[in-house]
Amino acid sequence: MAIAAIELKNITKRFGKVVANNNVCLSAYKGEILSLLGENGSGKTTLMNMISGIYYPDEGQILIDGNEVVIRSPKDAFDHKIGMIHQHFKLIDVFNSTQNIVLGLEGEKHFSFKAAAKKTVLAVSRIPKNILRFFKSLVKTVKRIPRFPYFVAKFFKSAAKAVCSFFKSPEYAWHCLKTAAKTISEAYQTIMCPGYLKRAEKAVLEISKQYGFDLDPNKKIYEMSVSEKQTVEIIKVLYRGADILILDEPTAVLTPQETQKLFAVLRNMRDDGKAIIIITHKLHEVLSLSDKVAVLRKGEYIGTVNTAETNEAELTEMMVGKKISLNINRSEPKDPVDRLEVKNLCFVDSQGVKKLDNISFTAKSGEILGIAGIAGSGQRELLESIAGLQHVQSGEIIYHNPKTGEEDELCGKSPIKIRELGVRLSFVPEDRLGMGLVGNMDIVDNMMLRSYRKGKSMFLERKKPRNLAERIIKDLEVVTPSAQTPVRKLSGGNVQKVLVGREIASSPTVLMAAYPVRGLDINSSYAIYNLLNQQKESGVAVIFVGEDLDVLIELCDRILVISSGCVTGIVEGRGADKSEIGFMMTKANGGFSDGEQ
Amino acid sequence: MFDKVFPFINSTICTAIPLLFGAIGEIITEKSGNLNLGIPGIMYMGGISGIIGGYIYEHYSSSPSTFLCVTIALLASLIGSLILAFIYSFLTITLRVNQNVTGLALTTFGIGIGNFFGGSLLKFFNEPGKSISIIKTGDGFKASLPFASKLGVFGDTFLSFGFLTYLAIIVAILASLFLNRTRKGLNLRAVGENPATADAAGISVVKYKYFATLTGGAIAGLGGLYFVMEYLGGAWTNDGFGDRGWLAIAIVIFAIWRPALAIFSSFIFGGLYMLSIYIPGLSSSDKELINMLPYVVTILVLIITSIRKKRENQPPASLGLSYFREER
Repeated sequence: MAIAAIELKNITKRFGKVVANNNVCLSAYKGEILSLLGENGSGKTTLMNMISGIYYPDEGQILIDGNEVVIRSPKDAFDHKIGMIHQHFKLIDVFNSTQNIVLGLEGEKHFSFKAAAKKTVLAVSRIPKNILRFFKSLVKTVKRIPRFPYFVAKFFKSAAKAVCSFFKSPEYAWHCLKTAAKTISEAYQTIMCPGYLKRAEKAVLEISKQYGFDLDPNKKIYEMSVSEKQTVEIIKVLYRGADILILDEPTAVLTPQETQKLFAVLRNMRDDGKAIIIITHKLHEVLSLSDKVAVLRKGEYIGTVNTAETNEAELTEMMVGKKISLNINRSEPKDPVDRLEVKNLCFVDSQGVKKLDNISFTAKSGEILGIAGIAGSGQRELLESIAGLQHVQSGEIIYHNPKTGEEDELCGKSPIKIRELGVRLSFVPEDRLGMGLVGNMDIVDNMMLRSYRKGKSMFLERKKPRNLAERIIKDLEVVTPSAQTPVRKLSGGNVQKVLVGREIASSPTVLMAAYPVRGLDINSSYAIYNLLNQQKESGVAVIFVGEDLDVLIELCDRILVISSGCVTGIVEGRGADKSEIGFMMTKANGGFSDGEQ
Repeated sequence: MFDKVFPFINSTICTAIPLLFGAIGEIITEKSGNLNLGIPGIMYMGGISGIIGGYIYEHYSSSPSTFLCVTIALLASLIGSLILAFIYSFLTITLRVNQNVTGLALTTFGIGIGNFFGGSLLKFFNEPGKSISIIKTGDGFKASLPFASKLGVFGDTFLSFGFLTYLAIIVAILASLFLNRTRKGLNLRAVGENPATADAAGISVVKYKYFATLTGGAIAGLGGLYFVMEYLGGAWTNDGFGDRGWLAIAIVIFAIWRPALAIFSSFIFGGLYMLSIYIPGLSSSDKELINMLPYVVTILVLIITSIRKKRENQPPASLGLSYFREER
């Protein structure tokens, strides 16, 4: 068997107590596309970040072409011809693609006396040839001269047009003036472009041609679509001579057509002898693109299979594993009534991407409704729409008010009105402190964020929030030096407890929790589960967005599965089949990607 | 009429040069993402250090040579402004202190140092008199092209300047070429736009920030030196430099962070600054209104650029933010 282009041996990485990768072994070969498959939080990205120099492994070895190497920084990775295309692009908006591609590279050569002497000797020996060359370049320059009149003519033409049409249609005149101004900058760009950028531009065009990309080397990044930006990232890596390419969920932001284009390019690169590792959740992509599939589950390496010899069912099972019993208490819902009804909800974000497509479901009082889905399938947008933080395009959100018995339409109401109705969002985003709590403020002040409107005098009322803070610290066993400690200094679990504690203290009727146990150890997680269960028993409709399927199955009464902004199924929590849910999560039924732009 | 126009042009150029030095220094600094509000202080520091250097040399030397006078004053000025720029860099880049606070503190500090030594330097050397005046050094800086005086009005208006005037324009053009035409300039701009991306591309963010802030400080300091040496002819008056440092920062905005445009802008600002003196028959309140013009123009530019929202005309995206790699 050939030597692997890159081989990982027994790689282990821990973040504090959390083991992100445990004893992972993996190899990728030249001329092969390897898919890295796994659920959210299974450690795929962490593993790849160790290859690309962002993290450093705690244990294990990395071998390139059979030799052990040490990768401490992104630069080391580049030196070993490893290039990673991150999910969040690292590009500079006001630069054009070529400038971004050459960024940080050294000049062609540093001056050295030896090289200069050699060059001189060479130059002298080639004087006749150089004379010829000189004339050739002279011809080239002369040939370029016709471009000056072109720009000059264009400029005067649009300027003249602007003057002529000034009285008839000022708008058109303005447009012409703009064109004239643009001509100047265009002329400057083509004629004054520094030599190193011109050479790079040529190389970029060559790479584009070789692999079938479509890229304008002079286009600014901020004018580009997502897929163009991705193209720039890939060419950047290729320009630096990478032989091992890692792509972190490259298709998450692409339309199906763009995905097909990308795959064609990747196949070209594979045929060119590059080793490609692609991280993805989407099973059909894995099957159509890759040669081999490696599966990770909760940081453990499960195995590698040849794509030709496997199928979706087997991969799903490898990915989600056998059902594990967690012993989370789950009581039967007590006389559930409809509390929140979502009908045909659609949401298109500011970039024109359809994030929610025709979502309908009902949340009932006294039960926990779980929401399962791959990260970024629209969970965040769904919760924010209900809380009034997003402006939805169409659809209804109907709230059955238990006090008045009336039905309220939540769409179009301000977040404060929605809160007053008793709908609470305890949103825990990726950075945990982003929404909900203010890191530099202490627990009491954070309590006050919810109550400062209630005071009667012009001064803040501090007593009640302080009592509340102390109650939460006592009841939820928050480990903190005092209620006056800035929240930022608490550990993740305690921050979560403070946040959830504050939200349930105002006795909500609907409680939404997104990833409330992300990054928590087992004990803290169970404390949060118990809190949610208590709320459920007191008749609150709980909506729980989770990552871990085992938890969802044991905790929730019903599970709503979404994929790419579409509902792909609602299953009963009791007796739910894990691989069935896993399959629904990865099912691509077109959904938002078809309707994009 | 014409007897006023040519002196006006002449004094416009004289006023514009320190502004140009300050603006170029600030542009280079800001392109690395550091908002150095200490530039006015650094310009004071550049001025007083040049004075101190020149004074000490003239004081101890029995027959000072003009060349040495100029060289020593120039070096002293560079050292003075580099010290302040280094304090700023160390605080904001290495210790990541808030840039606005540091800059404002440095401005107060620099002006204070300037006025302190300006007022007490003579006492240290037990010399009589009230104000410092180093004529020899001043003459060295003022020395213009030998044939300038023979060219009549044209020579008087456009060529009667010392070498610092021409240096300012050369520095501005070089800065423009550096930022727009070289790899290092590209890297520097990348650091100011998005340090995390620059870091990932293998650019040493800290190195570039130090380089830009120190270079920018040194260039701005020359503005102070020009003012005391060529404009005042080697003399120091407390608070004489006035608010020109802030005007230099306003020029940076007016020139939308482009050194080539800064040449043009500083001449406009210099002209507006001097305008009230050359318009006959103005009451003192009218003069104040005209002195306001540079700032009004700056506000207008700010409004226009923010309405147009063209990305190239915006300040560097990470201006004023400190960079810490682990905070990804």
